[in-house]
Amino acid sequence: MATQPQQTEQKPSTTLQLRGAEILVEAMIRQGVDTVFAYPGGASMPMHQALSHRTDKIRTILPRHEQGGSFAAEGYARTTGKPGVCLATSGPGATNLITGIADAKMDSIPLIAITGQVAQQVLGTDAFQETPIVEVCRAVTKHYYMITKFEDIPRIVKEAFHIATTGRPGPVLIDFPKNLQLQTMNEEPDYDPPMHLPGYRPQSATVNPNQIKQVLAAIKRSKRPVIYVGGGAIASGAAEELKKFAKRTNIPVAMTLMGLGAFPGSDSQSLHMLGMHGTVYANFAVDEADLLLAFGVRFDDRVTGKLAEFAKHGKIVHVDNDASEIHKNKEAHIPIVADLKEVLAAINREMTDDDIPQIDDWWKQVNAWREKYPLTYRDQGNDLIMPQYAIEELYRQTRDQEAYVAVGVGQHQMWGAQYYKFDQPRRWMSSSGLGAMGFGLPAAMGAQAAHPGKLCIDIDGDGSFVMNVQELATLHCEKLPVKVFLLNNQHLGMVVQWEDLQYGGNRAHTYLGPIDHPEATGKGTGSFGETYPNFVQMANSFGIAAAQVRSRKEFPAALAKMLAHEGAYVLDILCPYQEHVLPMIPGGKTAKDIIYERI
Amino acid sequence: MRHVISALVMNQPGVLAHISGMLASRAFNIDSLAVGATENPELSRMTFVVKGDDRVLDQVRKQLEKIITVVKVIDFSGPGQSIVERDLMLIKVSTEGGRRSEIRELTEIFRAKIVDVGPSHVMIEISGQERKVEAFIDAMRPFGILEMVRTGRIALLRSEPEAEDMPEEPAQSTEIPPGATV
Repeated sequence: MATQPQQTEQKPSTTLQLRGAEILVEAMIRQGVDTVFAYPGGASMPMHQALSHRTDKIRTILPRHEQGGSFAAEGYARTTGKPGVCLATSGPGATNLITGIADAKMDSIPLIAITGQVAQQVLGTDAFQETPIVEVCRAVTKHYYMITKFEDIPRIVKEAFHIATTGRPGPVLIDFPKNLQLQTMNEEPDYDPPMHLPGYRPQSATVNPNQIKQVLAAIKRSKRPVIYVGGGAIASGAAEELKKFAKRTNIPVAMTLMGLGAFPGSDSQSLHMLGMHGTVYANFAVDEADLLLAFGVRFDDRVTGKLAEFAKHGKIVHVDNDASEIHKNKEAHIPIVADLKEVLAAINREMTDDDIPQIDDWWKQVNAWREKYPLTYRDQGNDLIMPQYAIEELYRQTRDQEAYVAVGVGQHQMWGAQYYKFDQPRRWMSSSGLGAMGFGLPAAMGAQAAHPGKLCIDIDGDGSFVMNVQELATLHCEKLPVKVFLLNNQHLGMVVQWEDLQYGGNRAHTYLGPIDHPEATGKGTGSFGETYPNFVQMANSFGIAAAQVRSRKEFPAALAKMLAHEGAYVLDILCPYQEHVLPMIPGGKTAKDIIYERI
Repeated sequence: MRHVISALVMNQPGVLAHISGMLASRAFNIDSLAVGATENPELSRMTFVVKGDDRVLDQVRKQLEKIITVVKVIDFSGPGQSIVERDLMLIKVSTEGGRRSEIRELTEIFRAKIVDVGPSHVMIEISGQERKVEAFIDAMRPFGILEMVRTGRIALLRSEPEAEDMPEEPAQSTEIPPGATV
């Protein structure tokens, strides 16, 4: 949102003169920030000027839309565990960050969003590019600041990073009026001032040994236990402890969309994802379980379906470091408010061989379900590229490279979750709680910035991809070699699927081609002529290599070509739009209502 | 069930907006909300009257505690809690028809106070528990209530012998950490 600068900015004189903007940048460097995604404008120019002088410490990446910057910062944070930083100017720049901020709130991602603000002298006068962004963002941040005093800058930066990264992580907004960015002082400030957060106690609870005993007793007694693990396990860095615990007890592990990678997806003990589009065996196992070990999860409706029926046969152990998640949706029998890593470490320490449950019969049952209802799809035996097959092939070709994989939102997201297996945490990026289309490309871009030389893939759909397609320019100009694996079915596939299930297949604005095509009203044959838009030309215009593939026979080679390509690449993969994501538990239903085969 | 919850919050701009926004967006049913200064200039006290079952109350308390600027949350309705709670009301009542002395008599019975006298009305100040205030409104109704305004509930714990009979420790400790100025 570039504008004319509103104030004259004079060069600092020869004596030490530190501007507020420079203090903010230095304070961020001292917090370990090495990358920011920042789009300049009138009210944030001083910060950009300061950043341009610190390229030794911070890489500033210019996204092509502030939303892309916020998702990129999330991609950085999700794959590193460090806070991601995005920066925008006031007004529209700030409002464009909101989707990313809300996304970070829903998925508990540490994000620092910095916005320029109009000068304090005109604050509250509806000045040019003024929005009360703190007011707007209150409900979608973990915390928020407007800097009102020059001397507060180092303390606010320190507190913001502390809050974003401790306890349950989340986004923190810092709104920075321009006059304070320009104000100067002629000595170094204290960059490590005391924090003043009397109401913030993220590490309040230590692990209660009695509760550990209760958990062990429950495990010992259980005959049909299941681990239900979510993003909290990844946020807490508990993957090693979880693996140790699961391996020793041999309890089956089901993961949420956010939890993928918390336990190795290629391990036979993994039941893979549970919930609406989870595997039949994961959902049946949870349904029949006599003990549900809920680790770092929030009993989201996409996991539970009808709450009263969810895991109703068993005891529930719920471990989360956010007290408000305990009993929020589902009453827990053993509620533990503590850091999951510490809890699992304590369980592992206290557990004796005597506590290991006898669950051979349970595994027989679980494996029988797995055999009877494997994750599968209709193979039409023709030369069409089935989207599930495409992702299986992607996994086959990349599984040894420990790739970072981002997705948009929709059918391709669910197929990505189902058919790509993650053996490590922080390899999978999905806008899971908010479900923000357009997430995939910028998130992969942020991951690539954090992991130079590593394979970063955006599995996208043609709807989601277009929502932040402008970031192809960032990929090219910043030399970020993201591979875009574009499952193109010319439709908003997930909405199409719901139209098929709930609205008799009536197409209501779910076809993405010209409205005079018969497909726009659901009357097409589904055969592809020329597709719209021409993604190959589009990518080329951004300076990015691209190819379209429509034949299954040609697909493995086309994919290999993309993976071997040095720079960024878009592979436009044409898929039939008639496919449904299965299995599916319709909203508000139970595991018993699972749809396994296309009716 | 109705609960009185008290929250000590940092005295900063936007805290009230944050809390009322949270309560609204999570659809909690708030009967009254009063905010005011405390003995500590850094802190304000908010007093809520919340309607709902134990589960709703548990969520209200935890969601309040989660807000960074909320320093301490106390549920005044726990078992063994004894509190003093007060509402304050100003009410303008018509004195038409020469009924001023009747009003004055009732005002005295209720231990209220006439604080302003006009040619055809009086303004009365009354504080007390909700029941008393409600009863006074009923008593004034026949005279003609011209205008009235009420504050939200305010409340404080009594100092009492059964002090160790504290409510169940909330999941997140409400202890004030050392260094906090309360």
